[in-house]
Amino acid sequence: MSNSSSRERNLHRQLANMKHSLFDQGYLDEQFIQLEELQDEENPNFVEEVVSLYYWDSVRLIQNIEQALEQNPIDFAKLDNHMHQFKGSSCSIGAKKLKKECTQFEKYCKTGNGEGCKRTFQQVKKEYATLKKKLERYFQFARQVGCVEKACRPK
Amino acid sequence: MTSKSILNLGQKFSVLIVDDDKIIRRIHKVLLNKFGCQSHAVENGKEAVDLYVSGKHFDLILMDKEMPVMDGPKATQELRAMGVNNMIVGVTSRGLDSEKQAFTEAGLDYCVQKPLTSETITSLLQELAKKY
Repeated sequence: MSNSSSRERNLHRQLANMKHSLFDQGYLDEQFIQLEELQDEENPNFVEEVVSLYYWDSVRLIQNIEQALEQNPIDFAKLDNHMHQFKGSSCSIGAKKLKKECTQFEKYCKTGNGEGCKRTFQQVKKEYATLKKKLERYFQFARQVGCVEKACRPK
Repeated sequence: MTSKSILNLGQKFSVLIVDDDKIIRRIHKVLLNKFGCQSHAVENGKEAVDLYVSGKHFDLILMDKEMPVMDGPKATQELRAMGVNNMIVGVTSRGLDSEKQAFTEAGLDYCVQKPLTSETITSLLQELAKKY
């Protein structure tokens, strides 16, 4: 029994360290914590659900931006609108680094700098993909911790 | 997290969430549920106006600014012109005061940053409770 408790504690510590690392490295901000606070018995996987919804929905937002960047000439008002939507969604899951790149993109957009937008969008996509991988790993580990907890619970 | 018991509302408030972002709609629904509110969500300003035209009413509307079909300022103007006098709170991620000012002048009671936090909801519901 004590081995199980000790194993549980270790797993929880590892999970906590993974999360702290995401915050320390600037990938996530306070909004992620707000989402965690909404997780309860009624919505036990709320954070993972919202993040999955974000990655599912943002595919079309990214496509919209890519298509807008391919236009010649670029309609910067349309482009700004598409990025505003994408940035808003990204902020709602607490994606801090991604938000920063989106803000940079918006600055180039406002000054009609197409090359700047294209360059920054490469960074946006890179951060988007990196965060996705990190969160997938985090949630996968969180599920493992959850399984161990259930297995260790007295019958 | 401030619980609904602290607010001591004694009443279930009905809230209409008007936002084209499905992630925001989901988050705000769950957040409001935590505070004992009954919420309904629509995707744009026209759907909000149509609900009121059909006779529905809500204690609070959380109105996004930028939406397709009908945006927040236009929907707010239309609702106020219809005689809708419940609290309408603009919700926007645009930070500029000038943008918030323009939205507020459409007929909002308040304009707040999104996504909403439990602190913001607490303040809004406390204001709403004063009316009842």
